[in-house]
Amino acid sequence: MPSSVPALAKERTEDAVPVRRPPAPGRPSPRGWRDWAAVAWFLVPALVLFLVFVLAPIVVAVFTGFYKWGGIGPLDDFVGFANYTRLFEDRVFLGDLGRGLYLIVLSLTVQLPFALFTAVLLNQRLRGRAVYRMLFFAPYILSEVVTAVLFTMIFLPGSGMADHLAGLLGLESLQGRWLADPSTVMPTLFVVMVWKYFGFHMMLFLAGLQSIPSEILEAASLDGAGAWQRFRHVTLPLLGPTIRISVFLSVIGSIQLFDLVWVMTAGGPNHSSETMAIAMFQFGFKRYQVGYASAISVVLFMISLVFSLFYQRYVLRRDLSGAVTSGGGR
Amino acid sequence: MNVRRTARGLSLHSVIWLIGAFVVVPLVYAVISGFKSTGELTGNPFGLPEEWKIGNYTGILGDGMFWRQIANSAGIAIGTAFVTVAASAMAAFVLARYAFRGRELFYGLFTIGLMFPFAVAVLPLFLMLRTFGLLDHPLGVILPQAAFGLPMTIIILRGFFRTIPAEVEEAAVMDGCGKFRFFWRILLPMARPALGTVSVLAIVASWNNFFLPLLVFNDPKWQTIPVGVQQFQGQYSTDYALVLAYIVLAMVPALAFYAVAERQLIGGLAAGATKG
Repeated sequence: MPSSVPALAKERTEDAVPVRRPPAPGRPSPRGWRDWAAVAWFLVPALVLFLVFVLAPIVVAVFTGFYKWGGIGPLDDFVGFANYTRLFEDRVFLGDLGRGLYLIVLSLTVQLPFALFTAVLLNQRLRGRAVYRMLFFAPYILSEVVTAVLFTMIFLPGSGMADHLAGLLGLESLQGRWLADPSTVMPTLFVVMVWKYFGFHMMLFLAGLQSIPSEILEAASLDGAGAWQRFRHVTLPLLGPTIRISVFLSVIGSIQLFDLVWVMTAGGPNHSSETMAIAMFQFGFKRYQVGYASAISVVLFMISLVFSLFYQRYVLRRDLSGAVTSGGGR
Repeated sequence: MNVRRTARGLSLHSVIWLIGAFVVVPLVYAVISGFKSTGELTGNPFGLPEEWKIGNYTGILGDGMFWRQIANSAGIAIGTAFVTVAASAMAAFVLARYAFRGRELFYGLFTIGLMFPFAVAVLPLFLMLRTFGLLDHPLGVILPQAAFGLPMTIIILRGFFRTIPAEVEEAAVMDGCGKFRFFWRILLPMARPALGTVSVLAIVASWNNFFLPLLVFNDPKWQTIPVGVQQFQGQYSTDYALVLAYIVLAMVPALAFYAVAERQLIGGLAAGATKG
């Protein structure tokens, strides 16, 4: 979820200052059962919600992943790791993994540079830039379903806008394909993803750009650095923390993509746009192989978890020490 | 020099206009197409309608189902925001202002929730909600949404609560103010901007959520707008102009909310990424 940005950044810097410092005055430690009861009273609602609706489902998925189960009736057909071995022998599922990777690579090499480019453009003195910013961010506010239906209509073979546009541009070979052809469906989906999400990354980059002190750029200018050199050697390094957060969110968003794909193609034609989340949904809710679908959930979870831990440990960690823009050196 | 600057300005503007067209053309296409008949749309996808027919739009606006979905989405969004913010504010309060044993453990527990993709939880959540009897019940959507909103909300609010000086609390305690009163009468009113930001984030996330309402609500009377849009598309899949009119009308509340709450929304999303 992209909305976790502030969270991540905040969390990092809070960790940066070891919190085990002695309690400051005015931050009393609880003494006696009355104080403990008060602390518990404040903590319990969030804790219960979190345990029941966030953590417990993971446990349930791990558990049901070991069974062959149709979703109704007793859980009595324990199959061990059979669901998992089946998964990794399933060509379609391996394809799902590959498609996840495909979306990640395209997001990082196309979407984020495009968002950064737009942010740099809109960070200049420019008439109407507030309007442009608001406009470019607008698709992010729309629900995935509305976006997906809109682009389904645009890419409709024969009568959609995309076919007419391709005709005008002399790209007749694309007509009638888009979402309907296995070889074009993924790039087409990616275009829709860019439309929907680049404005969000642009906003992050803009916030990052604005926190770069103009004195630094002026100083570089006085030292004779050209526009490109200023960008390459001043702006880009100082934007590092923002870029690393953006990369993190892109990766997590790409591997759990569901809504857009489900509404536009449902994973088709012939699995060519299927993602892991789509496969999980298909098996869990359409084909009633709930045990197998749970195993897919668990694999998706493990991938997210391992990636998050590694990323936080080895990449975001750099932001803890002294990056100028993140305030991490505070 | 001046000529160069003008040329540069022109090329800058033309690039921005190109990006703008990429964003805007699909939206404008939808709005204009809603005024056409499907027959005309197929033959004339770009031009203005020969005759601006408002029948698609008025037909949907006259349909009780559309308003029902809007009301459901609004109710669930408000309920979600309320539960998320209430539970988070309470937890963030003690996590920010009291040094008790295990505090960082609890805080860490909440923050790892950020790594859990919703898609992972949705199948077991469905099974659990079925056991609890919460299918076809608004709480079946509100409670999980609120739970998944907790990590981010707690982190933002804890950060904010920490900025309120200890002197404020000391003064309140001197005046005989207990924890509960301090929280309710002093801290929350002082935190109004932060509460506004997290509420806006919770409302937008809930309004757009599709996966969970799709599974939880079988009964059409609970359907939210994203589910309704998908159903409508399935039902009228050949009446393209009507489907486009429907999504245009479905966009209006979200865009209107964005226009009103833009500052909270972007502030909430972007501030943390840079300020930390």
